[in-house]
This record gives sequence, C-alpha cells and structure tokens, in this order.
Amino acid sequence: MTIALSQFDEVRLDRVSRDFGALNALRDVSLTIRRGEFIALLGPSGCGKSTTLNCIAGLLPVTGGAIWLDKNRVDTLRPEERGFGMVFQNYALFPHLNVRQNIGFGLKMRGRPKAEIDRKVDEALSLVRLQGQENKLPGQLSGGQQQRVAIARAIVIEPPLVLMDEPLSNLDAKLRLEMRAEIRRIHNELGATTIYVTHDQDEALSLADRIVVLRDGVVRQVGAPKELYEAPAHFDVADFMGFRNKLRGKVVAVEGDRTILDVEGARISGVARERVSVGSTAYAAIRSDDLEVGEAGPNAIAATVDTIEYRGREFVGTAHSAGGLDFVFRSHVSVEPGSRIHLRTEDERILVFAEPVQGRQ
Amino acid sequence: MDAVAHAPAVEHGPSLRQRLEARGFDAVTLLVIPAAIFSLLLFVYPFAFGFILSFEPKAGGDWLANYRRFFSDPFLYETIAKTLWLAIPVTLVNLLLAVPIAFRVRLMRRQRLLTTLLVLPITLGTVLVAEGLLNYLGPQGWFNRTLLTFGLISQPLKLVHNYWGVFASLVITGFPFTFLLTLSYVTGIDPALEQAAATLGASAWQRFRHIYLPLLMPGLAITFCLSFVQAFSVFPSAVLLGEPAGPTRVISIAAAQAAFEEYDYSMGSAIAMIMGFVQLGIVVAVLASRGLFYRGPASGAKG
Repeated sequence: MTIALSQFDEVRLDRVSRDFGALNALRDVSLTIRRGEFIALLGPSGCGKSTTLNCIAGLLPVTGGAIWLDKNRVDTLRPEERGFGMVFQNYALFPHLNVRQNIGFGLKMRGRPKAEIDRKVDEALSLVRLQGQENKLPGQLSGGQQQRVAIARAIVIEPPLVLMDEPLSNLDAKLRLEMRAEIRRIHNELGATTIYVTHDQDEALSLADRIVVLRDGVVRQVGAPKELYEAPAHFDVADFMGFRNKLRGKVVAVEGDRTILDVEGARISGVARERVSVGSTAYAAIRSDDLEVGEAGPNAIAATVDTIEYRGREFVGTAHSAGGLDFVFRSHVSVEPGSRIHLRTEDERILVFAEPVQGRQ
Repeated sequence: MDAVAHAPAVEHGPSLRQRLEARGFDAVTLLVIPAAIFSLLLFVYPFAFGFILSFEPKAGGDWLANYRRFFSDPFLYETIAKTLWLAIPVTLVNLLLAVPIAFRVRLMRRQRLLTTLLVLPITLGTVLVAEGLLNYLGPQGWFNRTLLTFGLISQPLKLVHNYWGVFASLVITGFPFTFLLTLSYVTGIDPALEQAAATLGASAWQRFRHIYLPLLMPGLAITFCLSFVQAFSVFPSAVLLGEPAGPTRVISIAAAQAAFEEYDYSMGSAIAMIMGFVQLGIVVAVLASRGLFYRGPASGAKG
C-alpha cells in the first residue's frame, strides 16, 4: 500500500466556539486527537457535531478559539489549504465526472503528474473495491458504491485527517452495517486519523476508539466506547447510551456509592454517577436490556404491560406504572398486554443521576 | 351451491379509457387544448400565412423574387450582419455580467432586495429606458456635462444616436432577464459540490472552472439563446437611440419599412422569414453544442 497519509502527532481544538448570531452552536470545545485515532462525535441533532466538523474542515469559520495541527495553526487557513479529506453526508460527488475523475480530482488540482494520479487512483479503487466501475458517472452507481467513491476521493489525497459527516445516514439498514465494516477495514489498513460525526450510538460504539458526546454545543463526556457505555457521566449521556428507562424518585439513603431511591413507593438501589444528597430528587437509569420481568421484592416495580413485540431471541415490551412512569423491558416469555407484572434488575445495573438543571448549563 | 357468486367472465380487455391512460393520454391531457388553440391562432397561423405570402411577390415575378431582391440589395442583406453585430455582443456581455453577479447574489442574505433592484429595468419598458438614456447620455446630458465640468473632455462624447446607444439600451433591458435565468441555474447547483472541491484542494478559480462551469454550460446555452432572440428582434431602441438609416439599421427596421412604408406585405413577410431562419440557425447551433457537456442533474447524487 503506497497511499501513505501525511504524518503528524496530534490535532488540537483549543476552546473552539462558533456563534450564529445570538446562538452559540459551539462553546469552548477543547479536544486533542492523536495520530491514527478514530474519534466519533456523537450527539442528537443540533448538538453542534456537524458544526465542529465543518469548523475543522474550514467550511465554517470559527468565532473563537483555535485549531492546531501540531505546531501549525490551521483555523486561519482556507479549506483548500488545509488538505483534510472530507466525506459528505450526501457524498457530494461531482455528477459530471466519472468515478476515476472524481477520485483523481484532488490530485489533479494539486498538479500531480498523470502517471502518479492514475497509479494512486487505481490503488484507491482497489482499496474501496470498486475496480471495474471507474468509467461510470455517479448517477449510475448505487448508494453504497457512491459512498465508496466518496471515501476513495477523500483518502487518495493522503490527508492528515479524514472527516466524515454522517456518511451512512443515507443508506438502508443492511448496507449501513456493511459499509460500517468497510469503514473500519479501511481505517485499519490505512491508519487514517478520522473524525466521524454520527447520531447513531451503535455506529459510534462499533467504530470509534474514543467517543465525544456533545450536547448543546458543549462536550459532555469523552471516553472509550466501553467507558461511555458502562459508566456514562451524565444523565443525558446515559440517555444517549441506551438507558431508556428513567425512574424519577427521592433519595432516601446514600451509603458510599450505593444510593437508595424511593420510586412510587418501591425501593430502588443503584450506583451513583453524580453527587446526590438525601431528600433530593434523582433519576435511576436502567437499560431496556437489563430490565426483566421478575418477582416482587427489592429493586422491583409494579407495572402494567402496554405492548409486547416478538424479536426472535426474546420479547421486547413496553409498560407503565401506576404513577405514569414508562418502561421498556425485555422478556423471555410473552406477557399479555394489560397484565400486571413486576420489572426488576440488579443493583449494579442501575445508575443514579442528579436531576438535570433545566436549560443550558 | 347457488350461494357461490359467479365471478364475471373476463371477456373484455381493459376499457378504452384505461388503454388511453396507459399510453399517457388521460383527462388531464385535455387541459393543453386552450394553450394549443392559443398557439395555433397566434403563432402557427400568422407564421404559415406570412410564409406563403412571402412567395407571392407584390410586383409579380417568380415565387422567389422577394428573396432574390433581399440577397441582391446590400441595403437589405447587410441588415443581417448589423443585427448580429448588435445582438451577439450584447448577449455575451449580458451573460458575462450575469454570471459573476449571480455567484455573488447566491451567497447573500438580502437576495430579494438586490434581485428586485436588478430586475427593475425589465418593468420599465424599452421606450422609457431609451428616453432615460437620451437624457442621461445625450450631448447635453448629465454624463457629458459632468465630464465637461471636470475638464476630462473638451467636447461632448457622442453616446446616443449611434451603435453604442442601442448597445447600452439592449444591455439595460436584456440584463435582468439574463440575470434571473442565470441565477436560477447557479442556485440549482448543490453548494456541497463546491465545498467538496474546496476540501480536495481546489482554489476558487479551479472550483469555478472544473465544477461550476461544466455544470452551468447547458443552462448558460439556453440563457444565451433566449437572450439572443430578445436582442435580435430589437426595434424601438434601434430607432430611438441608434442611427436607423446607418449602422443600426437592423433587420426588423427593414421588415417594417417594407411592410408599412412601401406597403409591400409580401416583401415584409419575406424579410420576417429570413429573420426567423437566422435566429433559428444560431439557436440550433448553440443548443446542439450542449451535447458536448454533461446534462444530468447538478446535485451531488441521489442523496
């Protein structure tokens, strides 16, 4: 493989801000990305993840802070001077150029000799497994093939940094899984430092070395997928990591890490992720995978089944409590909608968070 | 057994209506009838009438006499070159002005205000523009007076009643139309394409040259044709602002003179036919050149 990516040690975002008029789309985002890392920017829509990417690419000027590539400041450069490869959400392939010309575009703009362009485009074509398609126009390709062209076009210029803006969101579910594996394979082969924007936690968890969770233009948590999945630091991060059951209650006891809540009269004890004090309102967060149908007792809460869906290996159901809490649970047996059940889980599967402060913090 | 309903035997194929619909001919198709009648009465009939009339010379002679006369009299056949010499440069100047302005306007937030200002001349009408230009650019107009006051010239520049007067008037009245068409083509191109080209290292000029221009060419060709046809049929400004006996004796003046000064409708029709075929020739040539360019959608992909 002679596609050799430019070498550097780190990309550093130093208190980067971006305002749109009165709206702060990004506020003091600081982040260091090391060579070869695959970073996922994860968050709900409007959280500032695409804005971050566009600021790094130079498509949006930052309104505060700086972006550094080792010792070189890049946020003052125009996008064409930064040389970062970018994969767009709608691919943005040039419709009048064929696959070969699309992929070779960046090299041609750099005035490279034709022989070199041909050789590198051939390598990129084989890397994304598109040999034989090189003379087609983008309009003649399937969504997945267009995606591959977009990736090849971004990496053939050998950028220090590859930026991907929700590259899989336009593909159907099956193709999405396939291309996800492809992106991982290409990353493994090239070792390209990558920043990947997504709102899909599964994508972020499966692809990234580190995940950056953004919310309202602020970094909420940075960590390895396992860390974020098992130990989200905030309630909203937990919400994003699949903790779909949120039980609001009063703190009745705190014993070290262990916190006991009173939720509609039931005693729920879990691990505190934030400081909570006795008497305050707090949330117990439980993954739907961890909430099972069981006996009455500790950590169990009574509920009425609303729906039950067959998912092959198991059933997934929804239920509500007398106090109006909604639950998503799993079950090995089918339970009748309308029946009364008890939902329960283990202590260590319950995370306790303080009640979030309303509005932006 | 009797309770079992008999399915109606399938003896007939689909009804006439269904068969017509399958060929794309349904009730909605009937809505084109008013437009068809309109076009027949106001375009096809006069055209056919004029075409036949042009082969029936007033002064007698064989059926091609009018055409022979046109192409043997320099006072007549030179009008073709004179008209082209006005219409083609004017159209090119309008396009060359419209493209960069459209590129700038595309990025503006107060697009509507600027577009309104630029489009205003279209609502003025040729005669008002001519009057304005006569006042402004005439020997006693503000423009010449200002230059004289500042001592930049010693005697007034002759800017109207010649080629340049008509040229200026055609640019002013033709530009809004050219601009609006160009703007719609420019804004039809997905801005992500330019962003992609920028991240791939293309400078502003390269992005225009390699991305925008090839995608715009088919649209610019159509814009050229429509603007050209407008400029080619110039009449009022050639009379009011030009030298209708000299360099701006355009073909429509020749036709009008034949028809309404010599009362030779047959000759007038012949000139109108020649005018039509010259326009058609240019338009066909330009549209045919579109085949050299990509003509598909100008967005990224299916998306």
